[in-house]
Amino acid sequence: MSKTSRTSISMPTTAKKDSIIEIRAIAQHDMESGFRYTESGKLIPRDIIRTFTCTYNNVEVFKADFYSGIGANPLIIFTTVAVESGTLEFTWIGDDGYEAINQARITVS
Amino acid sequence: MNKETQQRRHWLKQIRGLGLLALGLCASPLSVFAKKTDADEAIQKITGGAVAKEGKVILTIPPLVENGNLVVLKVSVDSPMTANDYVKSIHVVAEGNPLPNIFTVYLTPRSGTANITTRVRLADSQTVWAIAQMNNGSFWKGSAETLVTLSACTELV
Repeated sequence: MSKTSRTSISMPTTAKKDSIIEIRAIAQHDMESGFRYTESGKLIPRDIIRTFTCTYNNVEVFKADFYSGIGANPLIIFTTVAVESGTLEFTWIGDDGYEAINQARITVS
Repeated sequence: MNKETQQRRHWLKQIRGLGLLALGLCASPLSVFAKKTDADEAIQKITGGAVAKEGKVILTIPPLVENGNLVVLKVSVDSPMTANDYVKSIHVVAEGNPLPNIFTVYLTPRSGTANITTRVRLADSQTVWAIAQMNNGSFWKGSAETLVTLSACTELV
Protein backbone atom coordinates (compact mmCIF):
# COMPACT_ATOMS: atom_id res chain seq x y z
CA MET A 1 0.00 0.00 0.00
CA SER A 2 1.49 3.25 -0.96
CA LYS A 3 1.32 6.23 1.33
CA THR A 4 1.91 9.88 0.84
CA SER A 5 1.56 13.08 2.83
CA ARG A 6 1.69 16.83 2.61
CA THR A 7 5.00 18.39 1.65
CA SER A 8 6.05 21.97 1.28
CA ILE A 9 8.89 23.69 -0.54
CA SER A 10 10.00 27.21 0.06
CA MET A 11 12.47 28.77 -2.33
CA PRO A 12 12.71 31.91 -4.45
CA THR A 13 10.67 31.95 -7.70
CA THR A 14 13.13 34.19 -9.49
CA ALA A 15 16.89 34.42 -9.31
CA LYS A 16 19.89 35.91 -11.06
CA LYS A 17 21.90 33.48 -13.16
CA ASP A 18 24.60 31.64 -11.18
CA SER A 19 23.40 32.97 -7.85
CA ILE A 20 23.06 30.61 -4.90
CA ILE A 21 19.50 29.95 -3.77
CA GLU A 22 18.35 28.43 -0.50
CA ILE A 23 15.73 25.69 -0.57
CA ARG A 24 13.70 24.56 2.44
CA ALA A 25 11.91 21.26 2.04
CA ILE A 26 9.58 19.84 4.66
CA ALA A 27 7.40 16.71 4.66
CA GLN A 28 4.65 15.81 7.08
CA HIS A 29 5.78 12.54 8.63
CA ASP A 30 5.99 11.02 12.13
CA MET A 31 9.45 9.52 11.51
CA GLU A 32 8.72 6.67 13.94
CA SER A 33 12.21 5.71 15.07
CA GLY A 34 11.67 2.01 15.77
CA PHE A 35 13.15 2.44 19.25
CA ARG A 36 9.96 3.32 21.11
CA TYR A 37 7.62 1.00 23.01
CA THR A 38 3.89 1.16 23.65
CA GLU A 39 2.65 1.13 27.24
CA SER A 40 2.08 -2.62 26.94
CA GLY A 41 5.75 -3.06 26.08
CA LYS A 42 5.38 -3.73 22.38
CA LEU A 43 8.04 -2.30 20.08
CA ILE A 44 6.63 0.19 17.57
CA PRO A 45 8.02 -0.74 14.14
CA ARG A 46 10.21 1.74 12.32
CA ASP A 47 8.44 3.96 9.80
CA ILE A 48 10.64 6.73 8.44
CA ILE A 49 11.45 8.62 5.27
CA ARG A 50 14.70 7.11 4.03
CA THR A 51 15.76 9.27 1.12
CA PHE A 52 15.19 12.74 -0.24
CA THR A 53 16.32 13.82 -3.69
CA CYS A 54 16.18 17.07 -5.60
CA THR A 55 16.49 17.23 -9.38
CA TYR A 56 16.96 20.43 -11.35
CA ASN A 57 15.59 20.03 -14.90
CA ASN A 58 16.01 16.26 -14.45
CA VAL A 59 19.61 16.50 -13.22
CA GLU A 60 20.14 15.34 -9.64
CA VAL A 61 21.68 18.17 -7.61
CA PHE A 62 21.06 17.03 -4.05
CA LYS A 63 20.41 13.79 -2.22
CA ALA A 64 20.06 12.93 1.44
CA ASP A 65 19.75 9.67 3.38
CA PHE A 66 17.72 9.93 6.57
CA TYR A 67 17.94 7.59 9.56
CA SER A 68 15.93 7.31 12.78
CA GLY A 69 17.82 10.26 14.23
CA ILE A 70 15.92 12.76 12.08
CA GLY A 71 13.07 14.44 13.93
CA ALA A 72 9.38 14.26 13.03
CA ASN A 73 8.28 16.30 10.00
CA PRO A 74 11.76 16.30 8.51
CA LEU A 75 12.95 19.70 7.40
CA ILE A 76 16.07 20.07 5.32
CA ILE A 77 17.60 23.34 4.20
CA PHE A 78 20.21 23.26 1.45
CA THR A 79 21.50 25.41 -1.39
CA THR A 80 21.88 25.11 -5.11
CA VAL A 81 23.14 27.30 -7.95
CA ALA A 82 20.42 28.79 -10.16
CA VAL A 83 21.80 27.84 -13.57
CA GLU A 84 18.71 28.08 -15.79
CA SER A 85 14.94 28.53 -15.70
CA GLY A 86 13.00 25.37 -15.19
CA THR A 87 11.50 22.95 -12.71
CA LEU A 88 12.92 21.50 -9.53
CA GLU A 89 11.43 18.21 -8.48
CA PHE A 90 11.63 16.92 -4.92
CA THR A 91 11.05 13.28 -4.01
CA TRP A 92 10.74 11.71 -0.58
CA ILE A 93 10.81 7.90 -0.32
CA GLY A 94 10.24 5.99 2.89
CA ASP A 95 9.22 2.78 4.65
CA ASP A 96 5.93 1.03 3.94
CA GLY A 97 5.80 2.30 0.34
CA TYR A 98 5.83 5.97 1.27
CA GLU A 99 6.40 8.34 -1.61
CA ALA A 100 5.80 12.07 -2.00
CA ILE A 101 6.68 14.32 -4.91
CA ASN A 102 6.64 18.10 -5.05
CA GLN A 103 7.68 20.56 -7.73
CA ALA A 104 8.69 24.19 -7.85
CA ARG A 105 9.39 26.45 -10.80
CA ILE A 106 12.15 29.00 -11.01
CA THR A 107 12.78 31.78 -13.52
CA VAL A 108 16.45 32.62 -13.93
CA SER A 109 17.43 35.90 -15.56
CA MET B 1 39.06 1.81 68.78
CA ASN B 2 36.20 3.64 70.36
CA LYS B 3 32.54 3.14 69.67
CA GLU B 4 32.23 6.36 67.71
CA THR B 5 34.72 5.34 65.00
CA GLN B 6 33.12 1.94 64.72
CA GLN B 7 29.77 3.52 64.12
CA ARG B 8 31.26 5.80 61.53
CA ARG B 9 32.82 2.86 59.72
CA HIS B 10 29.54 1.04 59.68
CA TRP B 11 27.86 4.10 58.27
CA LEU B 12 30.51 4.49 55.58
CA LYS B 13 30.02 0.86 54.53
CA GLN B 14 26.31 1.43 54.15
CA ILE B 15 26.89 4.53 52.08
CA ARG B 16 29.27 2.60 49.84
CA GLY B 17 26.59 -0.02 49.29
CA LEU B 18 24.12 2.66 48.30
CA GLY B 19 26.66 4.12 45.91
CA LEU B 20 27.15 0.79 44.16
CA LEU B 21 23.41 0.33 43.88
CA ALA B 22 23.05 3.78 42.32
CA LEU B 23 25.84 3.00 39.86
CA GLY B 24 24.07 -0.17 38.81
CA LEU B 25 20.83 1.72 38.24
CA CYS B 26 22.60 4.30 36.12
CA ALA B 27 24.43 1.77 34.01
CA SER B 28 21.52 -0.46 33.07
CA PRO B 29 19.38 1.95 31.02
CA LEU B 30 22.52 3.48 29.50
CA SER B 31 23.52 0.19 27.96
CA VAL B 32 20.55 0.53 25.59
CA PHE B 33 22.17 3.49 23.88
CA ALA B 34 25.04 3.30 21.46
CA LYS B 35 28.42 3.55 23.12
CA LYS B 36 31.22 5.67 21.81
CA THR B 37 32.64 2.55 20.20
CA ASP B 38 29.50 2.19 18.06
CA ALA B 39 29.94 5.75 16.84
CA ASP B 40 33.62 5.08 16.16
CA GLU B 41 32.61 2.01 14.19
CA ALA B 42 30.11 4.04 12.18
CA ILE B 43 32.80 6.65 11.48
CA GLN B 44 35.25 3.89 10.47
CA LYS B 45 32.65 2.55 8.05
CA ILE B 46 32.17 6.00 6.50
CA THR B 47 35.86 6.71 6.08
CA GLY B 48 36.80 3.14 5.20
CA GLY B 49 39.63 3.21 7.72
CA ALA B 50 41.08 6.50 6.49
CA VAL B 51 41.90 9.14 9.09
CA ALA B 52 39.52 12.08 9.25
CA LYS B 53 41.44 15.26 10.02
CA GLU B 54 40.03 17.84 12.40
CA GLY B 55 38.93 21.07 10.78
CA LYS B 56 37.00 22.59 7.88
CA VAL B 57 33.74 21.21 9.26
CA ILE B 58 31.65 23.39 11.57
CA LEU B 59 28.77 21.72 13.35
CA THR B 60 26.35 23.94 15.24
CA ILE B 61 23.87 22.64 17.80
CA PRO B 62 22.56 24.44 20.86
CA PRO B 63 24.85 23.73 23.86
CA LEU B 64 21.81 23.14 26.06
CA VAL B 65 18.77 21.32 24.72
CA GLU B 66 15.53 21.09 26.68
CA ASN B 67 13.85 18.56 24.41
CA GLY B 68 15.94 16.07 22.48
CA ASN B 69 13.11 15.33 20.06
CA LEU B 70 13.71 18.33 17.86
CA VAL B 71 17.18 19.86 17.86
CA VAL B 72 18.19 22.26 15.12
CA LEU B 73 21.49 21.10 13.69
CA LYS B 74 23.52 23.11 11.22
CA VAL B 75 26.59 21.83 9.47
CA SER B 76 28.80 23.83 7.15
CA VAL B 77 32.01 22.86 5.43
CA ASP B 78 34.62 25.34 4.31
CA SER B 79 34.95 24.66 0.59
CA PRO B 80 34.88 26.77 -2.60
CA MET B 81 32.48 24.19 -4.17
CA THR B 82 34.06 24.40 -7.62
CA ALA B 83 34.32 21.54 -10.10
CA ASN B 84 37.88 20.80 -8.90
CA ASP B 85 37.34 21.25 -5.19
CA TYR B 86 34.04 20.40 -3.60
CA VAL B 87 32.43 18.44 -0.78
CA LYS B 88 31.08 15.09 -1.94
CA SER B 89 29.20 14.04 1.16
CA ILE B 90 28.57 14.98 4.78
CA HIS B 91 27.74 12.37 7.41
CA VAL B 92 26.40 13.22 10.87
CA VAL B 93 26.96 10.70 13.67
CA ALA B 94 25.76 10.95 17.28
CA GLU B 95 27.67 9.06 19.97
CA GLY B 96 24.77 8.65 22.33
CA ASN B 97 21.92 7.65 20.01
CA PRO B 98 20.65 4.05 19.70
CA LEU B 99 21.56 4.29 16.01
CA PRO B 100 24.60 6.55 15.67
CA ASN B 101 23.96 7.55 12.03
CA ILE B 102 21.62 10.55 11.77
CA PHE B 103 21.84 11.57 8.15
CA THR B 104 24.05 11.71 5.09
CA VAL B 105 23.88 14.30 2.34
CA TYR B 106 25.45 14.08 -1.10
CA LEU B 107 26.53 17.35 -2.70
CA THR B 108 27.82 18.39 -6.10
CA PRO B 109 29.58 21.54 -7.37
CA ARG B 110 26.06 22.70 -8.27
CA SER B 111 25.22 22.93 -4.57
CA GLY B 112 27.04 26.27 -4.42
CA THR B 113 27.71 26.01 -0.70
CA ALA B 114 28.09 23.16 1.75
CA ASN B 115 25.59 24.39 4.32
CA ILE B 116 22.89 22.04 5.58
CA THR B 117 20.31 22.66 8.28
CA THR B 118 17.94 20.04 9.63
CA ARG B 119 16.24 18.93 12.84
CA VAL B 120 17.49 15.85 14.65
CA ARG B 121 16.75 13.70 17.67
CA LEU B 122 19.28 13.35 20.47
CA ALA B 123 18.86 10.59 23.02
CA ASP B 124 21.33 11.87 25.56
CA SER B 125 23.87 14.53 26.43
CA GLN B 126 26.65 13.74 24.03
CA THR B 127 29.11 14.73 21.34
CA VAL B 128 27.85 14.85 17.77
CA TRP B 129 30.29 14.41 14.88
CA ALA B 130 30.12 15.56 11.28
CA ILE B 131 32.41 13.94 8.74
CA ALA B 132 32.86 15.47 5.30
CA GLN B 133 34.35 13.72 2.30
CA MET B 134 36.00 15.95 -0.30
CA ASN B 135 36.13 15.13 -4.01
CA ASN B 136 39.85 14.27 -3.64
CA GLY B 137 38.94 11.54 -1.15
CA SER B 138 40.15 13.24 2.03
CA PHE B 139 38.01 13.27 5.15
CA TRP B 140 37.51 16.13 7.57
CA LYS B 141 35.59 16.15 10.80
CA GLY B 142 34.08 18.54 13.29
CA SER B 143 32.11 18.04 16.47
CA ALA B 144 29.82 19.75 18.94
CA GLU B 145 28.89 18.87 22.50
CA THR B 146 25.44 19.29 23.93
CA LEU B 147 23.53 18.80 27.14
CA VAL B 148 20.08 17.24 26.74
CA THR B 149 17.61 17.57 29.61
CA LEU B 150 14.69 15.62 28.11
CA SER B 151 15.84 12.71 26.00
CA ALA B 152 14.26 11.57 22.73
CA CYS B 153 13.06 7.96 22.19
CA THR B 154 12.55 7.02 25.82
CA GLU B 155 8.96 8.22 26.19
CA LEU B 156 6.04 5.80 25.98
CA VAL B 157 3.10 6.18 23.65
